[in-house]
Amino acid sequence: MSVTAPPATRPATGGPDLTRAALSGRRRFTNHLATAAIWGAVLLAVIPLALVAYTVIGKGAGVMSLSFLTEDIPNSYRREGGGMAPAIIGTLVITGAAALMAIPLGVFGAIYLNEYGKQKPLARVIRLMADVMTGVPSIVMGLFVYISWVLLVGQQTGFAGALALACLMLPVVIRSSEEMLRLVPEELRQASMALGARKWKTTLTVVLPAAISGITSGSLLAVARAAGETAPIIIVTGIVFTPNWNLFDGSNTALPAQIFRNASTSFPAAQDRAWGAALTLIVIVLSFTVIARFISSRFAIKER
Amino acid sequence: MASNNLTTRPSVAVHAPGGTASGVEPTDTPVMQLRDVSVYYGSYEAVRGTTMPIQQNQVTAMIGPSGCGKSTVLRALNRMNDPIPGARVSGEVSFHGQDLYARDVDPIQVRRRIGMVFQKPNPFPKSIFDNVAYGLRINGIKGRLDDHVEEALTKAALWDEVKDKLRKSALALSGGQQQRLCIARTIAVKPEVILMDEPCSALDPIATAKIEDLMFELTSDYTIVIVTHNMQQAARVSHYTAFFTAEVDDKQVRHGRLVEFSQTGKLFTNPADKRTEDYITGRFG
Repeated sequence: MSVTAPPATRPATGGPDLTRAALSGRRRFTNHLATAAIWGAVLLAVIPLALVAYTVIGKGAGVMSLSFLTEDIPNSYRREGGGMAPAIIGTLVITGAAALMAIPLGVFGAIYLNEYGKQKPLARVIRLMADVMTGVPSIVMGLFVYISWVLLVGQQTGFAGALALACLMLPVVIRSSEEMLRLVPEELRQASMALGARKWKTTLTVVLPAAISGITSGSLLAVARAAGETAPIIIVTGIVFTPNWNLFDGSNTALPAQIFRNASTSFPAAQDRAWGAALTLIVIVLSFTVIARFISSRFAIKER
Repeated sequence: MASNNLTTRPSVAVHAPGGTASGVEPTDTPVMQLRDVSVYYGSYEAVRGTTMPIQQNQVTAMIGPSGCGKSTVLRALNRMNDPIPGARVSGEVSFHGQDLYARDVDPIQVRRRIGMVFQKPNPFPKSIFDNVAYGLRINGIKGRLDDHVEEALTKAALWDEVKDKLRKSALALSGGQQQRLCIARTIAVKPEVILMDEPCSALDPIATAKIEDLMFELTSDYTIVIVTHNMQQAARVSHYTAFFTAEVDDKQVRHGRLVEFSQTGKLFTNPADKRTEDYITGRFG
């Protein structure tokens, strides 16, 4: 099939024809095709997202109640009712402790890589290691922490889970923060240098504030990913049915682990609890995101 | 081209040497002195053997075609080339008789006394107030920051335009205002010498005129070195002019070279070197 271009028509005035009709059919067809393809891609991407949200809300909203958020987990899957409070607390303290360890360390690492190390051999090695670490499966990280920490202290703890999650977050934080620092214009560093600022002062007062909103976004993605990790939590934190605020003593649990355990039983009550836990997890991650966006917008570069 | 064609703005032209507004002859007290200064990037010699003084409370202009090393020499004056890997300076750059590249000299101390304004206005993404106060804060000046900020902005002829929006972002200012803010930021830390690397090349003629007037005002307190592509600007604002050009040596390598240094009036009306004459009359190849 070949589309022939219509002969260029000229209106009576003698000027060029600027109407759409003057465009060749082939170019119009290509344009429409591209537009359709982009809309199609958007719809395809939204469908699974909408279905996940619909299913989780539909099945989880039924069990959602104040008692679900505050009561202990029944120690028999068969029993109806009960709640997810220990898992919610576990998720918050374990992910929080992991973020507290990984984000500062990762941001400092990124500062070293971008501001000090640059293309030095040590920086190149660290960059390569971070990339390799990004690809380590979470269950492998769980086993690593089990061997190097759980066996050492002799018990499964929330802190062990936080360690595993921090190890998973660290490379993501390092690499995304480095990318953000790289976007800070060199002119700003030069301006600060020309005023007689030392390097650490320039980094702390000019470079970091200019990159903070991007660094927050990157760190947040890492937190959201870690909050949903299941395998390392099951391996290194064990399980509890009552809240355990102490990270360093006794087993703990988290929402993803509870979803896994409850969903893999054949009891309807347990399956309901799994859906409820799934909805709770999504809401927690969403509120992390909203809060962090709000905080970073207060630091962000204001145009006006 | 006669000199009066180059000095189209008589109000500034009378500041030229031999006829300064205050009736003062160009001073002859060098605050800085370059002796046989060469700048290298790795093994490449970007600028070769520059010897010239920088006179106190005067404007010294560096002119020349692109790639002649004038910006490189300017950046050597406050060690801004230091962070560039492989950059090296030979010869002597002295400031009040002290070699800036001596082993025990701290580049931070150098830059606190020799400030710099860049080609592209580069305000920090902070408020107008914080931009000016930045240099004061890092230098440990506490207390009456308001007064210092107002003084710097007034000197930079920007105070009236921004006094009601000091807490607004500096990025909302126009290009010309941003550049004057950068000048205010530089003079807030009270340097002795201000280096300006083509400060008007990104600005329109009105903003350029404001900055040129400002330069003249500033010479009462500061020494200014300006790199410019614009010969008319050099003729208008400077007391001394250094003309650089790029030379190709026998190995086909280009080096920047200082051709002629003299009082601006003399360089533009009666250049000693044929190359200077060709360049300022527009016959430069």
